[in-house]
Amino acid sequence: MNTRTFKRGIHPAGHKELAADSPIRLVHATGQAVYPLSQHIGAPAVAIVAPGERVLAGQKIAEAGGFVSAPIYSAVSGTVSAIGPHMNASGETVPCITIDTDGLDQWVNPAWDPAGEGAYTGEAVEALVRNTPEEALTPEAIRGAVREAGIVGLGGAGFPAAVKLTPKAPEAIDYLIVNGAECEPYLTCDYRLMLERAEALLAGCRWILRLFPKAKCVLAVEDNKPDAILHLTELVKASGDGRLSVCPLRAKYPQGGERMLIAAVTGRRLNASLLPADKGCIVMNVSSVIASFFAIACGRPLTHRIMTVTGDSVSTPCNLEVPVGMSYREVLEAAGGYARQPKKVITGGPMMGTALFSLDIPVTKTSASILALSEDPVAIHDTTPCVHCGKCLRACPERLVPQLLAAAADRDEFDTFEKYGGMECIECGSCAYVCPAKRHLVQSMRYGKRKTGEIIRARRAKEAAETAKGGTVAGGKGGKTP
Amino acid sequence: MNLKKSPVAVVDGADANSPAGSTTDMTTTIHVSVSPHIRAGETTATIMRDVVIALVPACAMGIYAFGLRALWVILTCVLTCVATEFVYQKLMKLPLTVSDLSAVVTGMILAVNMPAGIPLWMPALGSVFAILIVKQLFGGLGQNIMNPALAARCFLLISFASAMTSFPETVRTLFEGNTLSGATPLAAIKAGASIDWFQMIFNTHSGCIGEASVIAILVGAVYLLARRVITIHIPGLYILSTVGFVCLIHLVMGTADTLSVNYLVAQVCGGGLLLGAFFMANDYVTCPITPLGQVIYAVLLGLLTALFRVVGSSSEGVSYAIIIGNLFVPLMERVTVPRPFGMVRKKRKG
Repeated sequence: MNTRTFKRGIHPAGHKELAADSPIRLVHATGQAVYPLSQHIGAPAVAIVAPGERVLAGQKIAEAGGFVSAPIYSAVSGTVSAIGPHMNASGETVPCITIDTDGLDQWVNPAWDPAGEGAYTGEAVEALVRNTPEEALTPEAIRGAVREAGIVGLGGAGFPAAVKLTPKAPEAIDYLIVNGAECEPYLTCDYRLMLERAEALLAGCRWILRLFPKAKCVLAVEDNKPDAILHLTELVKASGDGRLSVCPLRAKYPQGGERMLIAAVTGRRLNASLLPADKGCIVMNVSSVIASFFAIACGRPLTHRIMTVTGDSVSTPCNLEVPVGMSYREVLEAAGGYARQPKKVITGGPMMGTALFSLDIPVTKTSASILALSEDPVAIHDTTPCVHCGKCLRACPERLVPQLLAAAADRDEFDTFEKYGGMECIECGSCAYVCPAKRHLVQSMRYGKRKTGEIIRARRAKEAAETAKGGTVAGGKGGKTP
Repeated sequence: MNLKKSPVAVVDGADANSPAGSTTDMTTTIHVSVSPHIRAGETTATIMRDVVIALVPACAMGIYAFGLRALWVILTCVLTCVATEFVYQKLMKLPLTVSDLSAVVTGMILAVNMPAGIPLWMPALGSVFAILIVKQLFGGLGQNIMNPALAARCFLLISFASAMTSFPETVRTLFEGNTLSGATPLAAIKAGASIDWFQMIFNTHSGCIGEASVIAILVGAVYLLARRVITIHIPGLYILSTVGFVCLIHLVMGTADTLSVNYLVAQVCGGGLLLGAFFMANDYVTCPITPLGQVIYAVLLGLLTALFRVVGSSSEGVSYAIIIGNLFVPLMERVTVPRPFGMVRKKRKG
């Protein structure tokens, strides 16, 4: 297989075999469903329901709070019990809408119910494509449907999909890259989607391509998922659409990172100040494309997502279609609970995910997994002094010198941190993974990025104020114009 | 929250424990830490262990060629290094780091740079100097500005020049040949002798303990490369540039007629170059990690080595070249930090 990739990166053990062969299974919510108003990048959504109000599954409960924002829909039918603070996955207390589920699963539109038999088969998708009128497929209608459905980047970033699909110059876009790399170890949800819902995925790609007349669509999949590559290749061939192609990527972490993916597929390089659209690329996760397909075809809002529940502490690792809002505890129960006591429970992949200290947190649009590990590899080893081995530098896909930057951050030397490109760090964790001294490089990098970001914003604000005041501002020392 | 502190938080009685309905009752603790949550198995200690393993063939051939005397030198160096580190850390109430094996590595590297016939108090003194002065007083592992073993070797060379350069005859050779007894091959060719390149590479010969067999050094080097403990860049470029500069200097000095295959093979294999290139020049702590920095560093080492060997009065030059090179490492790194991925070269103003 002719595979493409990026430079540097690491090869952690995959562990995908734990859940890879478990087909997606729908889970029903029983307890409370909790919806944080901010589960995307951008302005928080604004609640449009009141406590005591009865809501149906698929009903909009919060309106987008701005252009870069997304509405939120209830995945359950029940009664709004509260609008107030609740803890989210990162341990912060954030405003949320809480709904007491009535267990009836009454939908606003029964066609949206994911429990519907055969909703994802090739025939069902074909019927939807056939029955979708041409006026629903104009660029405006497609963007409107994606926006109205509350679809955000389901790979984890949570950037509103409709904003992504609205670049300044759509005709300048020549690549629609569908991200099926799934480079994080353990995770298999995108893999299952590519096997089970490939027809919807391809139909979604073809519709989204209508927004970008000059673009071709590349389905980028890592070569550790050969059956997904084969399945997609056959379907692409059968579709006869010359604008679609499958691009096998070498299995390497962080291949699914946006900048790495674009570099692998197109050879173009992005830095932190550029969006993919600036280099003619739109990158969407497979699950975002599938959600967009159903939004365009039947107006179905984003109410469910696929989660992988896995790890050696989970009794039956599996892939579940989970209502957004359901608590992690219920999701874990649906997977049969723990087989043995976990030392660490993570949401997201093991490389970039968040360690949880409570399961009483709601599933959001971007929750990709529950990963329960019986050993904590971070705690096994003590941190020892840096021996300056340079392995972090050889692992960093952003071509940074993590050793130098982390040391600068630890010493609060934020000018050094900025000078050597610390703000370019994508926090992929490759450096900390390879570090033989087990140094907590990502922690230092995050600290450096946060502090340096504050300094940069303050400097820009000051520059902007001076410009507004007198007008004669020289391009000051090191001052970058955004 | 202070992001700089407490990397791993242990949450007591955390409620991420078993959900209701699970069969077992679980009430222990779970960990919370910043990502990534998985780590490679390699640690500083496993790297040091690999270096020790890689030095075993060279030490073994040293003992074979120079007799048990070499073993005593090796043991003296290793034990003194470890003891010095242990005693210093005990006295200073520092955490004990003997188990990371870095002191063992320093001892072995110092030992392979010693002539087998040296009085044993000299390697002991060198070991104390390496660990105490060069390593611990600068802040311990990772903080030294020069390779401790090489700095100690240079210290001994300056202090006890004759003892450090009187190499005993080999007591055994692998096979019969016209190897020169007494003088090291490098000293011999400097004096104008010629050594068959085949003998040079495959037979044992005089020199420091670790220099007895070229093949033994290469076996260790291949092991380190295969284990990905080292990369070929610095050693490879160092050896190539040494050969290149030796040729260049001879050409400039008008002595190009001395250049021959035998001469150049002796330059590479006859002295400390191979050992220095694979085990000392690329010592993690004291070599650059930036790609361009590594190139500059290796070429500088090659230039210095060639100058010392051809123009200088001594036949050797590797140790001095490396510790001088070590001193420039922070500077080389500062000016060779790579441009981050996706950043365009800044246009110069004006």
